[in-house]
Amino acid sequence: MRNWRCVFSMVVYFAFCFSIEAYKFQRTQQTERISGSAGDVLEDDPVGRLKVFVYELPSKYNKKILQKDPRCLTHMFAAEIYMHRFLLSSPVRTLNPEEADWFYTPVYTTCDLTPNGLPLPFKSPRMMRSAIQLISSNWPYWNRTEGADHFFIVPHDFGACFHYQEEKAIERGILTLLQRATLVQTFGQRNHFCLKDGSITIPPYAPPQKMQSHLIPPSTPRSIFVYFRGLFYDVGNDPEGGYYARGARASVWENFKNNPLFDISTEHPSTYYEDMQRAVFCLCPLGWAPWSPRLVEAVIFGCIPVIIADDIVLPFADAIPWEDIGVFVPEKDVPKLDTILTSIPIDEILRKQRLLGNPSMKQAMLFPQPVQPRDAFHQILNGLARKLPHDKSVYLKPGETILNWTAGPVGDLKPW
Amino acid sequence: MKQLTALQQQARRSNSFRSASLPLDTSVDGAIKSPATIFWLVLHGLCCLISLVLGFRFSRLVFFLFFSTSSPSATTNLYSALHTRLPSSITTSPPAVNGTAVAVDGGSRVVVGRHGILIRPWPHPDPAEVMKAHHIIERVQREQRIQYGVKSPRTVIAITPTYVRTFQTIHLTGVMHSLMNVPYDVVWIVVEAGGTTNETAALISKSGLKTVHIGFNARMPILWEDRHKMESQMRFHALRYVREKELDGIVVFADESNMHSMELFDEIQNVEWIGAVPVGILPHSGGSEGVELSAVSREDTDKNENSEMPVQGPACNSSNQLVGWHTFNMLPFMKRRARYVGDRAVVLPRKLEWAGFILNSRLVWKDVEDKPAWVKDLDMVGREGEDIESPMSLLENPSVVEPLGSCGRKIMLWWLRVEARADSKFPARWIIDPPLDVTVPAKHTPWPDAPPELPTPVVKVISIPENTEKRVAKRSRKRSSRSKRKRVPKVLEEHVSTRHSGDN
Repeated sequence: MRNWRCVFSMVVYFAFCFSIEAYKFQRTQQTERISGSAGDVLEDDPVGRLKVFVYELPSKYNKKILQKDPRCLTHMFAAEIYMHRFLLSSPVRTLNPEEADWFYTPVYTTCDLTPNGLPLPFKSPRMMRSAIQLISSNWPYWNRTEGADHFFIVPHDFGACFHYQEEKAIERGILTLLQRATLVQTFGQRNHFCLKDGSITIPPYAPPQKMQSHLIPPSTPRSIFVYFRGLFYDVGNDPEGGYYARGARASVWENFKNNPLFDISTEHPSTYYEDMQRAVFCLCPLGWAPWSPRLVEAVIFGCIPVIIADDIVLPFADAIPWEDIGVFVPEKDVPKLDTILTSIPIDEILRKQRLLGNPSMKQAMLFPQPVQPRDAFHQILNGLARKLPHDKSVYLKPGETILNWTAGPVGDLKPW
Repeated sequence: MKQLTALQQQARRSNSFRSASLPLDTSVDGAIKSPATIFWLVLHGLCCLISLVLGFRFSRLVFFLFFSTSSPSATTNLYSALHTRLPSSITTSPPAVNGTAVAVDGGSRVVVGRHGILIRPWPHPDPAEVMKAHHIIERVQREQRIQYGVKSPRTVIAITPTYVRTFQTIHLTGVMHSLMNVPYDVVWIVVEAGGTTNETAALISKSGLKTVHIGFNARMPILWEDRHKMESQMRFHALRYVREKELDGIVVFADESNMHSMELFDEIQNVEWIGAVPVGILPHSGGSEGVELSAVSREDTDKNENSEMPVQGPACNSSNQLVGWHTFNMLPFMKRRARYVGDRAVVLPRKLEWAGFILNSRLVWKDVEDKPAWVKDLDMVGREGEDIESPMSLLENPSVVEPLGSCGRKIMLWWLRVEARADSKFPARWIIDPPLDVTVPAKHTPWPDAPPELPTPVVKVISIPENTEKRVAKRSRKRSSRSKRKRVPKVLEEHVSTRHSGDN
């Protein structure tokens, strides 16, 4: 008798559990929620978890530069400007530096543009150095930790190495004064001189309004298999080939230019965004640097990103499960790209599309104006909040110095 | 070149020096040094020349090839953009880049510097993979349709009246292919005038759809007026079938010669009880009439707006409610309208064509609880003799019709009537058997210029040449002329002979 009652109650319990499971599955059928610790982290709200103090720098470091060239607001490095604006009016900002956990220095180092719109990094080290000299002399907080509780936004090609050519960037290395600070940058490659441990990788800036205005109805059938628009050979800077993109883009072109499944070319169509929404896979190969705005565009438009960049560190890698969303292809396997893509099981592909359809994913990649919840600004703050509390060892004893203020190339020491 | 000559000059100068100044050791040194330097300079000059010709840094390449220790990978055949052989360097970096360029400590496979461009031996698509990719795309699109398309798609019940004639194959194939591409379930009801025939049955069985072949026991008349009436009756007959079998779905009147776009079938899924779609009317039925017509209609457009929009369908006000109907303005065409099938003139539609109406099949069912009050029972309508011009006669209240196609603004369906003459012959099932004995020269059409017999005196057209000549003389209308009449018998004879041989 007793056994029967036990068994019966167990059965009822399990039936109850399973019915709840079934209900949950029903509800989440359309877009899959990234479950587990990684996905939930995207939903976190940083307000209340950290306090940021924004240094008041003279406008020659920020506003004047922007006034000289307003193109800085729309190029892919515009994150530094928008982050400054966001922090000025955000609830995490505090006007009392004593209670701040993080200190932010608003200096726009990537705003010196050529007539073509490409940033010149030659003055950036001096500018950064001059800003740090200013804050270290006017406020005591830099010297307290030598920058360990400060963060800087360096969205340029190779981050704080301040050069666009990889060889030269590696030669320079990260600016010595920033060795202890947290860097928020777009560049990310494992075991690279220009990626410090503890840096936060962010997506490049992509204009949200422009992308929203090119949305097409989601019922438009996806009929392009693989899509890519961009350079394959950079004849201006690399006439021999083999340097640009480590030969990967050229390899894609030579192997697949005749393949009807691959819609790849160097043209600039006006329907670029619409075409991405009609494609199943979008290639995101490296260029001169491993990251590109194509990743952001692919995520926004629901096209599965095919990342061809060895050892790349993708934005918010601790919050977004990129392995589940995108396809990673090693550069040496590029000639087999068609085999790799067609042999992905269809269930995988559908699952990736469902994950991409999750609106919190798209939101995390954008820098919208005005700020919206769970967007990239908040993800950066989440990343900073996760690094708290600061270890006691970062606080230096009075008089102790670790950084060498005169290290680095001689040209950097000149005043800006 | 310049360097070589400079070198020679230098050598000559040093020689002259040697003869001038005489310390032996310096001369000996000079003698040893100059061949080495000469050799090195010559080599350097040679390399420069080669670089000039080949267009890149040859010295780098030589250095690289001699001093690199990498092994080429066996599976991939490599060549760079400039067609020289470069082994792929993943483990070593070209020596031109100095040591600091090698990537950092431990474990990274990524190296800065020049890499080979990997190209596989046969860089062309593999058909099996292309097929796989297409399957993937199909599955993705199906998933998209499930997610963003119509939520619970209903069966499409297409009703098509037909009869065996020359143009039947072309029209029926068109409708068949349209229905085969519809992404929803389709039941195709084909009503055939003159009873079911094997010809039609063979044709519709190729579709792979669920088809219902119903015979209608009356021959299709020749005059367009009568034909329109009979078609309505045939459609009604099909509706009776739907009622009897209690088929559930959306009823579309897919006339044979009409053109349907795929978006139409997506749009009709929105219908609740009875909807109306705008139909583009194409009254031109070919021939030189077409050009004149367009010229005339352009004149008329200044006077009359309706002729600009040959559309039949619902008209809405700004709040997307049905306020009236657009009908096709037939006045410009009244003089030139076709009277009988195959007449080379404009075929005009009726006021509101059946094709523009979409019904929920439950409207015609016998006993359904939620059938709306404004629909008449099918048995009450269409009693003997009553002409059912359009499905509107099923309604008590015409204002309940739902306007579809973004309220009559988007046209997804076109009405057209193209027919050959009723007496035109064609090989059965379009298989020529036995082969024709007589080849008809292309310039002479076998058909006489004169119109065929019309039903009022019921006489067959195929007859002895003299009789037809007389009849032609009587019945010739605007087109007859002396020369034509003379030509007619000759043409007719040929015509008759080919008919005999082609008959079966």
